[in-house]
Amino acid sequence: MPNGYVLFEGDYAMKTTAVNITEKEYLLPGNRTCPGCALSLAYRYILKALEGQVIVTVPASCLTVLHGMYPVTSVTVPCVNTPFATTAASATGLVAGLKALGKEGLTVLAVAGDGGTHDIGIQALSAAAERQTDFLYICYDNEGYMNTGNQRSGSTPLGAISGTTPIVGKQQNQKDIAAIMEAHGIPYVATANASYPLDLYEKVRKAKMIRGTRFIHVFVPCSPGWGFPFSETIKIGRLAVETGWVILYEVEDGVFRLTSASESIAEKSNLKPLREYLVEQGRFKNITEEQIGILQRWVNARWKRCLDRAGDSQS
Amino acid sequence: MNKKIARKADTWILDGNRAAAQGAKLSRVQVIAAYPITPQSPVTERLSEFVEKRELDAQYIAVESEHSALAVCTSASMVGARTFTATSSHGLAYMHEMLHWAAGARLPVVLACVNRAIGAPWNVLNDQQDSVSQRDTGWIQVYARNNQEILDSIIQAYRIAESIYVPVMVCYDGYVLSHTEMPVDVPSQEAVDRFLPRYKPHTILDPANPKNYNLVTLANPRINAEGVLCHGYMELRYLLQEALQNSRETIVKVGQEFGELFGRSYASMFWEDRLDDADVVIVAMGSLAMEAIVAADMLREGGHKVGVLGLRVFRPFPKAELARALEKSRLVVIFDKNISYGLEGATCSEIKSALYGSPARAVIRDFIVGLGGRDVKAREMADAVKRSLLSVNEGDLNREYAEWICAI
Ligand SMILES: Cc1ncc(C[n+]2csc(CCOP(=O)(O)OP(=O)(O)O)c2C)c(N)n1
Ligand code: SF4
Ligand SMILES: [Mg+2]
Repeated sequence: MPNGYVLFEGDYAMKTTAVNITEKEYLLPGNRTCPGCALSLAYRYILKALEGQVIVTVPASCLTVLHGMYPVTSVTVPCVNTPFATTAASATGLVAGLKALGKEGLTVLAVAGDGGTHDIGIQALSAAAERQTDFLYICYDNEGYMNTGNQRSGSTPLGAISGTTPIVGKQQNQKDIAAIMEAHGIPYVATANASYPLDLYEKVRKAKMIRGTRFIHVFVPCSPGWGFPFSETIKIGRLAVETGWVILYEVEDGVFRLTSASESIAEKSNLKPLREYLVEQGRFKNITEEQIGILQRWVNARWKRCLDRAGDSQS
Repeated sequence: MNKKIARKADTWILDGNRAAAQGAKLSRVQVIAAYPITPQSPVTERLSEFVEKRELDAQYIAVESEHSALAVCTSASMVGARTFTATSSHGLAYMHEMLHWAAGARLPVVLACVNRAIGAPWNVLNDQQDSVSQRDTGWIQVYARNNQEILDSIIQAYRIAESIYVPVMVCYDGYVLSHTEMPVDVPSQEAVDRFLPRYKPHTILDPANPKNYNLVTLANPRINAEGVLCHGYMELRYLLQEALQNSRETIVKVGQEFGELFGRSYASMFWEDRLDDADVVIVAMGSLAMEAIVAADMLREGGHKVGVLGLRVFRPFPKAELARALEKSRLVVIFDKNISYGLEGATCSEIKSALYGSPARAVIRDFIVGLGGRDVKAREMADAVKRSLLSVNEGDLNREYAEWICAI
């Protein structure tokens, strides 16, 4: 299937554009996220892509805040809140319950932050994937525990300042959660970025049609947590892709493919220096030259791996 | 059909774990999620076997932890499925967060707790520290004295849980019951179906009628989009407490109906043995209550008027009923297979609080026994009662702390 096309339920392919995406809004205006919140943007497109035919399970996170305070919510899909560590177990319960009752046609959607995915929830997630649970898990990654006021997570980058790495910054780099999930041998793994909503939309639509455990890792810049003006969210997200900090790809049944902006960058071989991304954010204000070097090498190595894999898939 | 013969034909020899698995099967559970731990493991194996053999039409989820087991159950329960899990000791402790969640969300999950000591140090044998430590999580707690009661209590647990939307924990002693075979009357599926109607969830998870459950809830009531004032967190907590308080009626009614259908009545929060003329009452919970009956026999032979009160339901705690039952006794001797560190055994504290302000004037003695599987002999219990009687007669009244029956 050519890049940028997505298979709809009919047997024709149509390019996803801002014009032909689902018109209906499932995330109504007026939620409690910060101005310029990329999670809010990503979630809007995720729900559109699924056309609201979901049951969502949500652990403690900024998404809990987005879902509102009882008895008012701006989210118009059924939702279960669940304890922090239990996202994938809760999804397993939803899937099992629906199956036991013979109810079909709904996507069980688990959406958790990086803390809920990389850290406290990884055990339940790994087990759900190993059991080949039929659900879509979306990790939105703002690279820290934002709901509790911005502390380090397993996804916070090397050199970033956070509430628990307050002065010298984090001394370790993030883990590659998409690679970890791919190692489970699940049928679909993808990365996405709120600054590229159509790419995200297409990936969610594709994931919807696949059975088994599907995992999408969505990068969501966070203005208060990362220290950039909230008007710059989209720009920061784009810089992340343009510098290779985030690589947009999908792995479908083991076949790797670069997508969207990452695919064009690969064609033009014009990755920007990572420094351009780092200098825009207050959290990297104390990063050392040595750390920038380490991160740049890490980005280069991963980028090369992705290019090799993309090349392998094409040949 | 001759009822007696039918019952006899259905008598099986079962250990406690098999009785629990049978109880879940007869209750037609739809989603099972459990994680093995000694001495509960055979429950998970039996249920998996039922599902694989298609004797039970259920989803068996082999989760990676007890925390996930209960998370699977809560979410499946929200969808509308009847759910079951079983655990022991560290597994129950590991579930702690989810125990609160299940009760807070008012989900009628049923859990079998095979009572086992908790570490450190490691110990796989029986005491009741595990479930007693979870008494404040909002679950109903029922304790079985024998394997028949395990099976019967699980079936009743679903009736109770699903009529008042409160989860129920059925507790039974590890090894003493879990691995000890006894005759158990196994009712027919048709009879259980008559007793146990289908589960009607109070939750709706439907895109056509989208609802969000367990959102952040403020302490105070708040107005919804239609201008209706809705409960705050505090009101929701009150409703859970009210449900537990009122559940006594449901528990007794369900126990009575069970008796009418199956010939074994559970129309009481506790078991009584020779309380009518007793001036000394032994109180114990679970299988220990059976041992207490043997101790009472010994004491009666010695001319003491001793009765036994076997606590069946620990939460809700039957305060008023207990105060009435113990009104005439001079001495209440409690045996606790648990310890609330820094105070005394939990059932002792509860009984004291039940008697406060009531006409009952009994002296209370508490003995901590059987921790980590330490054998509790009827003879030891009888001796403890005699010692208590002697000291009470000498004017030594309530003691600040419990006595331990151990080598120190
Ligand atoms: C067991 C448990 N530990 C800690 C918390 C507190 N807590 C709530 S949200 C959160 C961080 C969430 O981080 P993440 O998953 O990355 O989501 P984000 O807030 O960044 O959107 C923490 C630590 C909790 N709710 N439960
Ligand atoms: S802290 Fe960040 S992720 Fe959370 S709501 Fe605000 S902008 Fe969004
Ligand atoms: Mg986060």
